[in-house]
This record gives sequence, C-alpha cells and structure tokens, in this order.
Amino acid sequence: MRKIIFETLLHGPLTEAAPAADAAALAEFGAALERVARRRFGRSLAIREVDAGSCNGCELEIHALNNAFYDIDRFGLRFVASPRHADVLLVTGPVTKNMREALERTYLATPDPKWVVAVGDCAVDGGSFAGSYACVGGVSAVVPVDLHIRGCPPRPLDLIKGLLALVEER
Amino acid sequence: MAEITQIADLMREGRAVPHHRPWPRAVVTPDAWNTAVGLLGVPGWSLLGLWGDSAEVHMALRGEQSGEIGVLSLDCPGGHFPSVARTHPPALHLEAAVRDLFGLQAIGTPEPRPWLDHGRWGLSHPLGLTQAPSETRTYEFLPVEGESLHEIAVGPVHAGIIEPGHFRFTANGETVVRLEERLGYVHKGIEGLMAGSDIGRAAQLAGRVSGDSTVAYAIAFARAVEAALEIEAPQRGIWLRALMAELERLANHFGDIGAICNDAAFALMHAHCGVLRERVLRAADLCFGHRLMRDAVVPGGVSTELSSEGISALSALLGEIRRRFPALVELYDNTASLQDRTVGTGVLKSDLARQYACGGYVGRASGRAFDTRRTPGYPPYDMLHFDVPVLDAGDVNARVWIRIREVEQSLSLVEQIVDRLPSGDIRVGVAASIGATREGAAVVESFRGDILVWLRLGGHGRIERCHLRDPSWFQWPLLEAAVEGNIVADFPLCNKSFNCSYSGHDL
Repeated sequence: MRKIIFETLLHGPLTEAAPAADAAALAEFGAALERVARRRFGRSLAIREVDAGSCNGCELEIHALNNAFYDIDRFGLRFVASPRHADVLLVTGPVTKNMREALERTYLATPDPKWVVAVGDCAVDGGSFAGSYACVGGVSAVVPVDLHIRGCPPRPLDLIKGLLALVEER
Repeated sequence: MAEITQIADLMREGRAVPHHRPWPRAVVTPDAWNTAVGLLGVPGWSLLGLWGDSAEVHMALRGEQSGEIGVLSLDCPGGHFPSVARTHPPALHLEAAVRDLFGLQAIGTPEPRPWLDHGRWGLSHPLGLTQAPSETRTYEFLPVEGESLHEIAVGPVHAGIIEPGHFRFTANGETVVRLEERLGYVHKGIEGLMAGSDIGRAAQLAGRVSGDSTVAYAIAFARAVEAALEIEAPQRGIWLRALMAELERLANHFGDIGAICNDAAFALMHAHCGVLRERVLRAADLCFGHRLMRDAVVPGGVSTELSSEGISALSALLGEIRRRFPALVELYDNTASLQDRTVGTGVLKSDLARQYACGGYVGRASGRAFDTRRTPGYPPYDMLHFDVPVLDAGDVNARVWIRIREVEQSLSLVEQIVDRLPSGDIRVGVAASIGATREGAAVVESFRGDILVWLRLGGHGRIERCHLRDPSWFQWPLLEAAVEGNIVADFPLCNKSFNCSYSGHDL
C-alpha cells in the first residue's frame, strides 16, 4: 500500500495530466463554480442525487464526478447522504409513477433555499420513455426544476458546466 | 409420455412453431408444461426466462449439460397457467411480473402480492387485455416473529448515488435475520413502449434497459432481430461489437472492484480503480464517440466505425492497465483489514446458485461455470481465446476475484480483437417490411451475467412483443439469501459485490 501511495505522491495529481482540452475547461469551470458557490452560499454546495427511474447511465457519469480526473470535491461540491443536508437535488430519470411520491417526499425533506437540477434527456420530458403508462415524463411535472442538463447521459464536464450555470443564475 | 432427457424431447410434446429462431419453440399442453416445471427441480435443467404474451405464457429452459435451449409456450384461454414457482422458486417474481403486466394468473403460486405494479399506473395489466384502473394496495412485508427482533426499512431513496429500491431488514442486534427486497420503483414500461415500435426505436429502448450494460443489451436485441430475420451482421461489425462489450466489461469491473473495497472503507482501491474505469471510458469515447458506447450497436451491425485514434488509444489503455492493475490486485490480496471484511462475508451456497441458474460473477463465484460467450456461444468468441474463471467460495472475496480474473481475460480479448480485426463493412441493411411473422431470441453475456432477449416481429416489420430478461432476476433473490446471518454493516459490501441492476430488473 505504501508503495502505491508514494508513487501517487511522486506522480502528482491526475487532474493535471488529463487531456488538455478537457483539463483546461474543467479547471476554468470548476474554479468559477467554486467562487460563485462560496459567494451565494458562503460555503460549499451540498448535492443529493435522486434516481427517479433512470436507466443508471446518468448515475455512472455522476459517480465519475468523484473520480481523480474530475474530483469535484476540490471545488466545494459534495454529495450528501440525506436530502436534509442538501442545497441541490440532482434528479435523473423520466420519473416513474412508482417513484413519484418518493421524489416529492425527498423534495419536501430538502430545506430552503434549494434548487432542482434535472439530469439527462429523460429527466427533461421523459426522453425515450415519454408516453409510457409507467412514467410521469419529466421531473418538472412533479417538482419545480431550476435547470436541465441534457445528454444521454451527459458527460461529467457537462454536469459541472450545468452546476456552474445554476449557481450563476440564481 | 416418453422419457424426457433433453430439450428436443420436450419440444416433441408440443406443436413446433416454425418461424422461431435460433432455438426451437413449441406450444404445449398443460400436462407437458407441468412436466417441464417438474424437470426444473432436477439438477441438469435450468430456467432461462418466463414471460407473458397477449394470451399465452412462454418459458425458456436450458439443459445444463448439453447447453441446449428451448422455449415452451402455453395458451392461457382462461387467463391462468399452472405456476412454475410452486415448485421452482426462481420463477416467483417472474410470475408476479407476468400477472402484473398481462393479468395472467399463476395457479398455485406462493406469491400473491403484486411486484412491479405498485398501484400507481392508473391501470392494471398494461400489456394485457383488461386494463381497469388498479387500486392502491398496502404491500404486506413477510411477517416476522421472535424475541429481540427489530426492523430497518431502507429506501427507495438510498444514501448514495444508487438506484432506488426498498430493503426491509429484520435484525437481531447486529445480525440480519432476514432481508426482504421490494423492487419495481424504476419500472418504466419498456416492454409496453417496445410493442408497435419499429426496429430502430426498439433498439434504442433496448440500449436503455440498464445503462451500465447498454452495449450488451444492444447486442442481445440486435442478435434476436438478426435471428428472426435470418440475417447476419458483417464480420467486422461482429468483432467491433465484441470490442465494445469487453470495454464495457472492463469499465464495470473496475468500477465494482473499487466500489466494493470502498464499502469496506478502503478508499485507496476505489480511487485507483476509478482512474482505470475513467481511462476505459475515455478510450471508448475516442474509439466510438460515446463514453458508454450507447446506440453504437444496431441490428445489422454497428453504427460507428472504430476511429483511427481509437486504435492507438486502445493500445495505450492496455499498456496503462497492465502497468497499474497488478499492483492493485496485490494490494487487495495483501491488505489484512480489507480481507477481513470480504473473506467469508455474504456466502452464496453453490446449490442455490445452481437452482437459480444464476449467471455472471455471482454464479461463477459460487461454482457455476456458465458464460453465454462459451455456451451457447456466439461470434466472434468462438474465434477468440479466453478462460471462464470459476471459484467455489461464494463470498464477497470470491466475487471480487472473479472480476479480477475477468479483467485479465477482457484485456486479452481486447488485444486479440484489435490484432485480428477483419476489414470490410460494419453494417448490413435490415428490411423494413418482412411480410410474415418472425420470432427471434438471443442470450448475450453482459458484465453482470446472461441477458435473454426474445421478440416477435410482425409482417409490417414492427415489434409485436419483446421481452428482455436481465441477469438480476436470478441474482436479487440470492442476495437475500447471502445476507442472512451477516451483520447489517456488511450489507453494502454484499450488495455491491452482487451489483444487481434495479433498472434492468424493473424494466
């Protein structure tokens, strides 16, 4: 274990070694996001993820935000385990009817001020699943949505861009 | 009735359906259906799937020795059929789903409760004939009796970035006495949307059944369509599919190995495996233009040619993984505190894995040497060299090791594919109209296990019925069994080592 840790220390962070285009954009968005989040909230931004019927593709890319390449913790963005600790609900999926109540209750359990970000094409209007007997079709049909981040699934960088847009507009 | 020793004997008991490919399908009498149900209790036979249709029910069986597959169908003029789960518990939730979606009752089933239908669709039996509004019923969890027991209710919204489902634990102190899962929260009605869709739209839906297996689902769907239409994708297309499938397997296995260790509070492995996963996704993006390679596999072949920078990205990827991964494996193997959590935890007994015909790393960590790339097998895997690792311990540790070994196999497969990639077209056209009803089926090995896709195409070239059976159907119930007797704090570890799909199961 020590060897791996030492090696990691010697090699430096991966975030700098990442491909140039992505890394530059990422640093720019991330730093801007951190400044704005601190100004608005006076602290970091706590995010609660809610899967309201996604295929789990969006979850994979949201997970990627925590890997060494994107590492959104360094911008003061962190995922929390309870809606009661959250400023932002990150909602994925076309909102299945079986998840509607759970989403409503999660929203109500989140203290004000709060923002809802709908992630992925199906969170916009049901996407591929629009018109199904089992789907409400879009997050905004259930809770007020402040921002949509499109993509199937959106790339991690698009997610960071979206969160930046959210805090800048509020 | 003659003695039945193989699939062909069962098929002879019924009326063969001529337009079904590639395996036989026969419409049978209730007697023959019951004979088949009886066989499922005998070692050597397994249930591959059970699904409804407008007024009939289908059951796919597999002979474990021969690897032969057959589909039995039973007309249900009275809206009911003899229960399979009555004697073969793996069919329990499949039967409940047939009832919820089609209104076909399994007579004698031990499970009277609805499964996918939570009473919120505004109708009942959405794919069946009667669609009166369903009523909201209270879901009764199994009763528990005994001293010093308490219940812990978790979900559907969980603490992490996870899919929704409900877990009801009954615990005695720290020890889990029973876990009961309640699923169906992410039921999107995919099979309902499939019906009436053209092949292109249906392929998109198939690729969105379970996002982590989008390539495997797309291949399974494409192969079922190609079987029905008796067409073959060009060689290059077939090889590119396998390349995508192995990249998908690598990405998921890295994610899982890291996440399992993370659930044992060993974040270092999580961080390093996360890096490897990200590198796979970036290589996939360079190769095919999408990190998860969504919609890249289509009926008739693949939609995207491998980019020239993709080939060099792949060789860099293989080099990087081979440099980094062995040290991580050594770290996993030599960290006593981590081993203390994974060894002997969440043991799945091999007889249960066999009974449930459980596929993927869950089955293979419990002695079930089943991999659909081998049997029944599909191209190009018959032209590639790979091992199917199998262990007997059945614990979390064994499920980690199966993934480690499969990573090594997938690396070799990617290398073989890139070295020997045939040239030529990547796609053939798929006829829009075919003039007659055709049926096709396919099984494909996702990172999680065997996916079964069965479909019927109408003469107009549209989907009449498509069923997609996720490997999780036969893994979720076994998680309940594996957790029993473990401490509550080890549940995340057990759960992650299974990593069943909620979306794939709920459909």
